[in-house]
Amino acid sequence: MNRRLRWLLGLLIIIALFAVIIFYPPASLLEWQSISLMRFFFILMFCCLFCLYRILRGPTPADRIVAIDILGILVVGFCAVLGIPTGRPWYIDIGIAWALQSFIGTIALAKYLEGKGFEE
Amino acid sequence: MIEIIAHIFIVVGLMFDLFGCIGLVRLPDVYNRLQASTKCVTLGTCSILFGLFLFRGFTATGIKALLCIVFIILTAPVSAHAIARGAHISGVKLWDKSVCDRYEEDKKEL
Repeated sequence: MNRRLRWLLGLLIIIALFAVIIFYPPASLLEWQSISLMRFFFILMFCCLFCLYRILRGPTPADRIVAIDILGILVVGFCAVLGIPTGRPWYIDIGIAWALQSFIGTIALAKYLEGKGFEE
Repeated sequence: MIEIIAHIFIVVGLMFDLFGCIGLVRLPDVYNRLQASTKCVTLGTCSILFGLFLFRGFTATGIKALLCIVFIILTAPVSAHAIARGAHISGVKLWDKSVCDRYEEDKKEL
């Protein structure tokens, strides 16, 4: 019971933090377009902070590789969020290229983890 | 109206991202972390890209966003599978409360 209560409390704190970051200085619908980029960036910065913690403290190399993979997908999210208010079409080009590069890098790191070399 | 729906998609995607990264920090094991974070972050980023598509419609940006969704959905499970296999072969231990390990049984049979 105590454990479940702690779990619920943590969930409530996280949702409250999210809601405060997204909604706190209340903006009307017209102002929201210009303000929202900063708030979305703030949430993604938190995600990258967690990934960097796991890269620093990972007990095994596999943890670090997982965190690097997640960081690569988050950067695509950064590029998508940047494309919304600016309207430039080339941010999403950067996103596609980054997703491809991250995929190839992750596959290479996984092959390195197996310890068999690259000849297969 | 369509902009409100797009904003709802983006906020839901950001929430999935945040929960996936909290799972990356909080869970006890490589395999648990891999499962939580890869699924959540892939779905979250795809939701953000779909919100971008709803904003822009069928212009250059929107179609590139759809292409990026397809690409991420195809590649993220492949890389997750490769990491899990590599971690198991390199000898990372499971969490001590894990229930079963089918891959180990298969390797013993072979």
